[in-house]
Amino acid sequence: METVRPDKQTPIPSPEQEAHTVPAPASPWKEAFRQLRRNKLAVVGMFIISFFILIAVFAPLLTPHQVSTMNAADRLQGPSADYWFGTDDLGRDIFTRIVYGARISLMVGFFAVTGALIFGSMLGILAGYFGRWVDMLISRVFDIMLAFPSILLAIAIVAILGPSLQNALIAIAIINIPIFGRLVRSKVISIREEEYIMAAKAQGMKSGRILVHHVLPNSMAPIIVQATLGFGTAILEAAALGFLGLGAQPPTPEWGRMLSDARQYITSAPWTVLFPGLSIMLVVLGFNMIGDGLRDALDPKMKH
Amino acid sequence: MTDQPLLKVTNLKKYFPIKGGILGRPVGEVKAVDDVSFDVFEGEVLGIVGESGCGKSTTGKALLRLIEPTAGGVHFQGKDITTLGTDEMRKVRRDMQIIFQDPYASLNPRHNIGKILSEPLLVHGLAEKKERTEKVHEILRIVGLPPEAADRYPHQFSGGQRQRIGIARALIVRPKLIICDEPVSALDVSIQSQILNLMEDLQEEFGLTYVFIAHDLSVVKHISDRIAVMYLGKIVELADRDDLYDRPLHPYTESLMSAVPEPDPDVKKERIVLEGDVPSPSDPPPGCPFHNRCPYVMDVCREKVPALEAVHVNHYAACHLHTEEGGDADASINHLKGEKA
Ligand SMILES: Nc1ncnc2c1ncn2[C@@H]1O[C@H](COP(=O)(O)OP(=O)(O)O)[C@@H](O)[C@H]1O
Ligand SMILES: [Mg+2]
Repeated sequence: METVRPDKQTPIPSPEQEAHTVPAPASPWKEAFRQLRRNKLAVVGMFIISFFILIAVFAPLLTPHQVSTMNAADRLQGPSADYWFGTDDLGRDIFTRIVYGARISLMVGFFAVTGALIFGSMLGILAGYFGRWVDMLISRVFDIMLAFPSILLAIAIVAILGPSLQNALIAIAIINIPIFGRLVRSKVISIREEEYIMAAKAQGMKSGRILVHHVLPNSMAPIIVQATLGFGTAILEAAALGFLGLGAQPPTPEWGRMLSDARQYITSAPWTVLFPGLSIMLVVLGFNMIGDGLRDALDPKMKH
Repeated sequence: MTDQPLLKVTNLKKYFPIKGGILGRPVGEVKAVDDVSFDVFEGEVLGIVGESGCGKSTTGKALLRLIEPTAGGVHFQGKDITTLGTDEMRKVRRDMQIIFQDPYASLNPRHNIGKILSEPLLVHGLAEKKERTEKVHEILRIVGLPPEAADRYPHQFSGGQRQRIGIARALIVRPKLIICDEPVSALDVSIQSQILNLMEDLQEEFGLTYVFIAHDLSVVKHISDRIAVMYLGKIVELADRDDLYDRPLHPYTESLMSAVPEPDPDVKKERIVLEGDVPSPSDPPPGCPFHNRCPYVMDVCREKVPALEAVHVNHYAACHLHTEEGGDADASINHLKGEKA
């Protein structure tokens, strides 16, 4: 009767030889970054966002005027050498306000996403790792929150807390918690079933170490993508709340608020809405382009 | 071999609940492993063979409590490990390791090989940092990989190389027992023999005990001392390797045997092709689980479950052809076989 294994004289190809053919060591993260740089749209997105970050950081150096200084004589001036983006109905320099507005929008995006990410991940890990009634409870709360249109929920939260930029930020963080929570939960549940998790258990690893060293790092990719996309959404939501008068209060140069304050001049002085609108669009677009690029770069299926 | 088995498995069962309905209440059970008992002696290789889905992996993982058994005992070095607490169990894991079937899925894609191999040492506090690196290089050499492999990631290796890494991970803590769950099934046939040779060499060199799972007899033939044949969650035959090949007692073993290719083309061999499907483990047939496909089926087979009993010395079979109920077993076998020919 023949067996699969031939006699022992069969020359075994030297593993040393095989090893030389494999590419230089690269951690999966580094490789993802290399892929990201090859994605043109993502690179454009990174340029856009870097640009906004730079102007936000160096705002005082870039602006020829004061943010809130009103100049009644120069109301609703078109773009000129003095006022690059024109002036608004109170005679304030729109360029200056756009530049300072970048600080606000990026800050709102950062804190709202960070808050949603931290709380969403904690709840998602609890639900995914412990399952049973913990999962039941957390998942139902997420379901309820996601059943509302998110902006409506944000409006309700701001209505309770009172309109202000800070409360708008809190509301945006809250409405994004279930989005991250669900993602983390489903990731934790699927990673838990991976064979390398069973292998880690077979080694005698404690479940805490398995969670931190194996489950979490492998859940990161879609969370990073979601966080990037979430940045854009949060900025858009902050602008929407600002537009509705529920976010930043005057004279804060928040882009959504600027849009809403200028909307009656849309035909007579279109620059008053054009530049804030364009800024919102560019920032959201930038984050979305990076997010999409990251999704492709981090997708393990693309590697094989 | 000593008298005391290294591993003694008694009446091991694993029933997976089938959840149904909106409430997810159990509506049935998959009897993946149904009352399995066997011993594994120190230094031996016990092969477990059976078709895909018969419960081999579940048995292997239940032995290590990677899947909690529903019932039954697993005595390792005389101690029932099914009752151990989490911390005690973690300590025992150093002595009982596993090699998985899929060398792609069983290595964490985000860890380099150095980290994968040093983690077991770290977990069991077996070596300081510097010593760990040395041990990783040593184990890589033992399984036939260069030391540079430590800096690379799993996706940079071929299937065979990955399985070497899986073997190294199991071996680095110097266990006594290794459950090998179809370690070569996922590999190219040309690579299979290299890995089998390696595993055989390691077993001799380190005095290891293997429970070696495979889905066909040709893979286990060379490496096993004894072989257990599984069908639908039960062991249907258990014997010394040569004894099993020379005189298989269970009709299922016979059919598996006939599927192994014959090296000598002049030897004519009748291929027994089984009719019917493997019954579902959630709804096993009454009586002998094999009766709907058995060419020698008798009335008693449809009613009574045959027990695994010694037919010859150290040769066990669960078949009514070889029990009192089967009547004059040998006569009826010959009679039936004669009729078929
Ligand atoms: N986690 C699980 N839940 C439910 N059923 C399972 C699970 N794991 C395995 N099974 C079932 O148990 C039976 C035996 O599976 P397995 O042990 O993987 O077989 P083998 O390794 O012999 O191919 C199969 O019918 C399979 O569908
Ligand atoms: Mg299996």
